[in-house]
Amino acid sequence: MSSETEKPDAKYRHDEDGGPDPEAHHGHGRGGMGQEVKRKEDRRFITGRGNYVDDIKKDGMLHCHVVRSPHAHAYVKSINKERALNVDGVVAVLTAEDLAEYDLATMPTLMDDTQDVLVQDKVKFQSQEVAAVIATDRYIAKDGADKVEVKYETLDAVVDARKALEPDAPLVRDDIEDNDSNHIFTWETGDKEATEKAFEDADVTVEQDMYYQRIHPAPIETCGCVADWDTANEKMTVHLTSQAPHAHRTLFSMVSGIPEHKVRIVSPDVGGGFGNKVPIYPGYVIAAAASYVIGQPVKWVEERSENIQTTHFARDYEMTGRVAATKDGIIQGIDVDVLADHGAYNAAAQPSKFPAGFFKIFTGSYDVPAAYCKLDAAYTNTAPGGIAYRCSFRVTEAVYLIERMVKVLSQELDMDPAEIRRKNFIPKEAFPYESATGWTYDSGDYERALDKALDAVDYDGLREEQQRRLDADDDKLLGIGFSTFTEIVGAGPGKQCDIAGVEMFDSAEIRVHPTGNATVRIGVQTQGQGHETTFAQIVAEELGLDVEDITVEHGDTDTDPYGLGTYASRSTPVGGAATAVAARKVREKAKSIAANELEVAEEDIVWDRSSGAFQVKGAPDRGVTMKEVAFASYTNSPANEEPGLEAVDYYDPPNMTFPFGAYVCVVEVDRETGEVDIRKFYALDDCGNRINPMVIEGQVHGGLAQGIATAMLEEVTFDDNGNVTAGDFMNYLLPTAMEIPHMDTDYTVTPSPHHPIGAKGVGESPTVGSPPAIVNAVVDAMAHAGVRHIDMPMTPDRVWSVLNEAGLTLDPAERFEFDAGETPADD
Amino acid sequence: MTHDITLTVNGTEHELSVEPRTLLIHALRDEMGYTGPNVGCESSMCGACTVHLDGDAVKSCTLLAVQVDGAEVTTVEGLADDGEFHPIQQGFQEEHGLQCGYCTPGMMMTSLQLLEENPDPSEAEIREALEGNLCRCTGYQNIVRAVENAAETMRSQKQELAADGGGD
Repeated sequence: MSSETEKPDAKYRHDEDGGPDPEAHHGHGRGGMGQEVKRKEDRRFITGRGNYVDDIKKDGMLHCHVVRSPHAHAYVKSINKERALNVDGVVAVLTAEDLAEYDLATMPTLMDDTQDVLVQDKVKFQSQEVAAVIATDRYIAKDGADKVEVKYETLDAVVDARKALEPDAPLVRDDIEDNDSNHIFTWETGDKEATEKAFEDADVTVEQDMYYQRIHPAPIETCGCVADWDTANEKMTVHLTSQAPHAHRTLFSMVSGIPEHKVRIVSPDVGGGFGNKVPIYPGYVIAAAASYVIGQPVKWVEERSENIQTTHFARDYEMTGRVAATKDGIIQGIDVDVLADHGAYNAAAQPSKFPAGFFKIFTGSYDVPAAYCKLDAAYTNTAPGGIAYRCSFRVTEAVYLIERMVKVLSQELDMDPAEIRRKNFIPKEAFPYESATGWTYDSGDYERALDKALDAVDYDGLREEQQRRLDADDDKLLGIGFSTFTEIVGAGPGKQCDIAGVEMFDSAEIRVHPTGNATVRIGVQTQGQGHETTFAQIVAEELGLDVEDITVEHGDTDTDPYGLGTYASRSTPVGGAATAVAARKVREKAKSIAANELEVAEEDIVWDRSSGAFQVKGAPDRGVTMKEVAFASYTNSPANEEPGLEAVDYYDPPNMTFPFGAYVCVVEVDRETGEVDIRKFYALDDCGNRINPMVIEGQVHGGLAQGIATAMLEEVTFDDNGNVTAGDFMNYLLPTAMEIPHMDTDYTVTPSPHHPIGAKGVGESPTVGSPPAIVNAVVDAMAHAGVRHIDMPMTPDRVWSVLNEAGLTLDPAERFEFDAGETPADD
Repeated sequence: MTHDITLTVNGTEHELSVEPRTLLIHALRDEMGYTGPNVGCESSMCGACTVHLDGDAVKSCTLLAVQVDGAEVTTVEGLADDGEFHPIQQGFQEEHGLQCGYCTPGMMMTSLQLLEENPDPSEAEIREALEGNLCRCTGYQNIVRAVENAAETMRSQKQELAADGGGD
């Protein structure tokens, strides 16, 4: 670690004995680093005692249902509330006009745009919020919504980003002053000239268009809230499906004008987030405004179709990749063009200085001397979004681009796709490595990971089988696909990364109680990733306490330290670091108390990790445990220390963490039906030191399932009028246990040198890494016939069409022997 | 217009007055406070609302409360016996078969019916039995393990019971 990245409290950042060695501490009995501790969360969930938003019931609570537009693009001519207000039990009907009185008809987005909370003038996407009915129960609220009469004047819609940029395209945003096009911004990265030069000098160049389709994170619990304006104390409490409760409190306060200490956001148990629950949605604002106006609690819980059709989507990048290389397959340059569809508002939830997220990681795991990307973003008549669904801020798209291009290049050169990767890998000695687009990768050992993967799948054997099948004109084609990706997670250093101006640090507060157990409060927010267990493990490791004696709390902005929340796999890199540093501050003070207890100088005290006790140097039989120290801190505090034993840390990370992986997918493609069967999926992930391997494995399984779903099933589609044609679970295809194959997981350990416990994030790696491995495998199965690419989702009809064009489909006449002289009997 | 109905939930009798259109899931959650079963969709696909109705696993979002007047319902809250976890609950915790926990109540109720009908299911049988229950977190693999784990426990419990009872 270079000296300029050292922080003032750097003494806590690295453990004095070189950091925890997860292997060495297996089974020390306290549930520290590296152990497969069973989850503390499970007890309430397996008994039905979780507390999700829709479980919350308050006295006098009303229900909100939103009236949504049937049109994708239309002027609202009039709204008649009368019939709705006549429904018994309907308390209020709100429109933009009502919200405008409180300046809440629109809200700012994180990308410097403005979004309608309720449509003021013009609907910009189908199912957009037009009015809201508040009633005494959820059924009556829907009855009322059915009775709100809205007159529309429809307009031509545009749902294709390419068409949106044509000169005569319908203008989505006539509310922006002087706006005359659907173009939002152009963003560039890298060195254009150097890249052009690389292409001029190259032996070989390849080019490939690819579309990363629009998909949706679709957590099984949809978005919702219970807003409760306390008129007596003038305080707004909102229980909210939130991945970032503190950031939401700040934004709520800024938008509503209610001071921050009078706004309490509580994120209770969240039924999955997957990036869907980072943004602020109109429903939350409407419920809060309704509660403020009416003075009673208001619950809003959206239905599945509303979730898929109006909350943040993911991806929707049209990309063209170009690679310049030597004839030996050494990459000399990469040039990328992207057209991004952002929907009707630019509301992507990402750090403010990164309009294309961290897409500039697109040079991947390879030592690429020159790279350049130009990206344009467009408005369309579709719901806003872009950043969600385990994307790590557009890393999914970046990894897809580079991993597909490496495969394309390998085909052009007729070179083995594993070999071409090995030739271009950033060598492990080169870390920290500065990429052509300006990231500094922290650590990596890519070749070791690839070697392990090749061994595990018996790569040579697979290639032999592939050839054997081709020779035998087998009905099923075998394909082997790779993805050797590098992630970038843990946003991030305050100087580069902020959300609405707030630097992207995170925090932990550890309070050790007199009897030696502890309460830990963190600024990140779990949605199932197991923080209540794994953050307790970090503290157990650092303080020598039993994991059972540590309670981890999160999600309540009144009690927890300010943090930026959980998304982009940032909890371990940032919140985990804060937790370890706070624990080290506790230990530092504990050491001083131990010296007092043992009546020796502090310099003579050593911390013995294995026993969780302070010992007198050279006299290991003289010691005090952390529990004894905790008691002493309240009952016999030394003169030079405050009573009590607690510490806080707000951690501003010096860099991101760069976990990596080597994934291999083996598919069989049925030449008759176009069906793709994933025969094997091997996933090696290296996220540095592993806090809880069981939890990591679960993250990887879930992430791979989402990557497989992306590659094989999922797509939000529209017709030309802007109607959502895959907008609920009938046609937006989530995989079941039948579609997801058995998955093999593996790991290597390459710690992050700048992280206090050497840990990197991992939660999104599997979804980032797996789609290109799957597409590469399917293409690989057909590569001998010249197939270069197939767009996702690779449904049977799509794959069959590609097979057919390549002349690989089976001839029915050959398969079924008909006797031409005989016709079926007419009976 | 409401109807008076009686439902026995987890052994407790409830008398309630519901509109004919009230879905069983809302009667359970909003009227009687059984918030374990969840709602994840509106097209009867996800199975988060699965409960047992007279011993059969059903999606309670697709039944009217009046339709099941007089029935016996078991929800996830009724799985544990006197504070002792059911082998299915143990299996899910042991094998890390849940993350956010939202699909878990429905997933466990479907698994229970499978194991009552087929005490020793193969992996393929487990996956097929669970195809009406969507999970977004686990990728299903550990759920399969959880069901296998529970099956084993339930089989050995049965054997023990048989041995204790002198082989009856």
